[in-house]
Amino acid sequence: MEAFAKLVDKLYFTSSNLAKSAILRDYLRTTSTPDKGWAIAAIAGTLHFDLFKRKLIKDLVSARVDPVLFDLSYDYVGEMSETVAHLWPTPSSKEDKETSKQLPSLDELVNSFKNCNKQQVEDILVELLDRMTADQRWALIKLGTRGLRIGLSARFLKKVLAEYANELPQNSVTTEDIERVWHGVEPPYLDLFDWLEGKADKPDVSKKITFQPVMLAHPIGPDELTQINSQCWQAEWKYDGIRVQLVCNENGKALFSRTGDDISGSFPDLLESIDEDNISGVFDGELLAMQEKQINSFNQLQQRLNKNKPSKKLMQEVPVGMMLYDALFIDGIDLREQVLRQRIFALTAWFKKQSIQPQLIKLLTLSEPLLFNNLQQLHALRDKANTSNSGFVEGLMLKNSNSLYVAGRPKGQWYKWKRDAKLVDAVIMYAQRGHGKRSSFYSDYTFGCWQDDKLLPIGKAYSGFTDDELKQIDKWIRNNTIGRFGPVKEVKKELVFEVAFDSVHHSKRHKSGVALRFPRIHRIRWDKPASEADQLTTLISMIAE
Amino acid sequence: MQHPRYWINSNENGLYCEALDAYIDPVNPVHRAIITHGHADHARPGHGEVYATPETMAIMRIRYGDNHAEKQIELNYSDNISLRNASLMFKPAGHILGSAQAVIDHSDHRLVLSGDYKRSHDPTCAAFEVTQCDVFVSEATFGLPVFKHPPINQEVNKLLASLALFPERCHLVGVYALGKCQRVILALRELGYYKPIYIHGALAKLCELYSSYGIKLGDIIAVTEVENLNSLAGEIVLAPPSALNDRWSRKLPNVMTAMASGWMQIRARSKQRKAELPLIISDHCDWPELLQTLKQVNPQEVWVTHGREAALVHQAQLMGYQARSLSLIGRSDGNDDE
Repeated sequence: MEAFAKLVDKLYFTSSNLAKSAILRDYLRTTSTPDKGWAIAAIAGTLHFDLFKRKLIKDLVSARVDPVLFDLSYDYVGEMSETVAHLWPTPSSKEDKETSKQLPSLDELVNSFKNCNKQQVEDILVELLDRMTADQRWALIKLGTRGLRIGLSARFLKKVLAEYANELPQNSVTTEDIERVWHGVEPPYLDLFDWLEGKADKPDVSKKITFQPVMLAHPIGPDELTQINSQCWQAEWKYDGIRVQLVCNENGKALFSRTGDDISGSFPDLLESIDEDNISGVFDGELLAMQEKQINSFNQLQQRLNKNKPSKKLMQEVPVGMMLYDALFIDGIDLREQVLRQRIFALTAWFKKQSIQPQLIKLLTLSEPLLFNNLQQLHALRDKANTSNSGFVEGLMLKNSNSLYVAGRPKGQWYKWKRDAKLVDAVIMYAQRGHGKRSSFYSDYTFGCWQDDKLLPIGKAYSGFTDDELKQIDKWIRNNTIGRFGPVKEVKKELVFEVAFDSVHHSKRHKSGVALRFPRIHRIRWDKPASEADQLTTLISMIAE
Repeated sequence: MQHPRYWINSNENGLYCEALDAYIDPVNPVHRAIITHGHADHARPGHGEVYATPETMAIMRIRYGDNHAEKQIELNYSDNISLRNASLMFKPAGHILGSAQAVIDHSDHRLVLSGDYKRSHDPTCAAFEVTQCDVFVSEATFGLPVFKHPPINQEVNKLLASLALFPERCHLVGVYALGKCQRVILALRELGYYKPIYIHGALAKLCELYSSYGIKLGDIIAVTEVENLNSLAGEIVLAPPSALNDRWSRKLPNVMTAMASGWMQIRARSKQRKAELPLIISDHCDWPELLQTLKQVNPQEVWVTHGREAALVHQAQLMGYQARSLSLIGRSDGNDDE
């Protein structure tokens, strides 16, 4: 437990990923299983149970600390775990002898909580908190209530695990290797570590409901475009939804995001429509707002994102569906080593077979390849995507028909040919410092368009400029600050940015009534007077129906 | 008109003592000011008469020039002076060099105004002296039970451990120019760190002043005098907090940002400062020290000024004292240590 508390404390305050990786690997090297497995689970957020409830913590501290002092402290600290960690009174009888006594290991601790009744949970917890330092209490409360958020993504953690494994000279483990087994192994990850440390084979997860790392596309450039021909390349609409993977077999079913997060809870309607006794496979596709196979805009879908338990009403108002465009497994057969042409053939055949019982696939649709014979026709398709006002096509996908299904972003296999970005001239209004390497620069900008003689903010961007441009903008901001709101600087309304974005939508959240998708700084218009920046009405006229 | 509540009040200039006809640490220029210590929110320029310890007066001259006040009356610790119909004496407060409690006697009543103070070890200034009194006016900068500051050695050892772990990184430590800077340097020396310590230009004059009072800071080098800044990898550089994440620090090699402040105990505060290495070092009392002081001074009444007054007032009442908050105007709401 001491080592774990130290670890999360260090990770919490470290900002560079390199340093975080070094700290984690150092911990993994010096800690034994199953302790380190529990630590990884706590950080990755994969623990399945609370060790104790938040309410219990609150009750216990209420019994020990004056309520007025507690409220004032909580008010100031702003966070329950930390308030309790600092306020918990160390009983004077225990001050000297017992604090020096070792705390239980992480594994002992998890198991003692897991295997006891309510009263015992309380006793164990009090005994621990009495003996701990404030930092240790914080770590324990975060661990026990599954609230540890220290800025590490699951993907990053897997990368570190691979780096850790590869410290052994005989190992060559990729992040994708770990990704392939990750969802099939459970805390405290004994089998995973045995494999990473060269003591056992890779865990067998073939029968489990597990995310498989997905294949990604590169943006296409003019040179690559000339190599595209209709014999070897397949074109599809690039749908504007979220990339998902549907995994389904006799053991269960789940929906994963492209990064491997289990998002089944957000889309129970889609999963309920799938009959796992009849459907078996791992399907790759796009989740879209869809009603009776009619696709709706991304703006619609957005209401369904990040909602863990959507209401019935919401599911009725914004029904979803999945556009299938690839398959990794069908009926237990691994298709990833087959070329795209064969996979599509298998997927289409499977889909046809299912269509005999349409209720089995009522929320699934098959993405149809687009026909083209030459580059000219391909350009025509892109023009169509460009001018489409549907709100769900964001360009073209071009896939090599001979591509295997390779995790990650292999070269020369899949391309995305996005619609031309839309542009608007907006005036920078506020600026904020960035993070990490950019923390000394004002690199996050809020910009607005005119409505009559007033600027209304339309969005924020922190990318699209070069390092040199960043320095220039930073300097400009420092010399043109007219006000401060905490960390935010207000600047003179004089500098125009040409802002690129993918699309614009109505939004109730913003005062201007619009929201941009993927806004980025396209050009800095040092030359353009602010008064000549765009009107808000220009932007509103660009809204997709 | 005997009890201090009849001869102390506050107005837009700050706390006013009628018996002395003087303001204590006023925020605006006044005809007569008693200055407890040299931090900028207590010591301001432009007063008619200033009463302060010699050290505080020297600090004010450095910050505001030789003519910061028309009359500058220096009063050593424990010396008495009579003004109007009361008498004034300074007692050490243990906060920074020259910091004082103001002890005011008037018609058989004694009021002690603590100024900013602390009880923990600090070789850069005289230690806090407990002075019996009827009314004790305490600051409450860290007046919440969540604040328990660890011993300074423990925190400075964190810095040394990091230096050993990352010998290729320049360790940039944010310190307030007056007090914190010199205290951190001395703590490093006490722990056996004898290499040169590099400082931002804004810290130089006050370090010189401390040295002139016989406080041995060892080898101090201004960063501006370093020819090759890359040579600062693996060295300790001290700078005011405002320079930590600003243009000045960009030129330093592979920076590890540390920050020495009592606020660093609260995680969100450390994050705000973007401190990778928070060092909990405070020149104010933490909660146990505040309570310890109340018990030792054992006044009849406790008045609480700037900081988190409500909690300390509540606690003092729990301890059986009459207590109230003395809301001071113009004080910073604890956004920094000064």
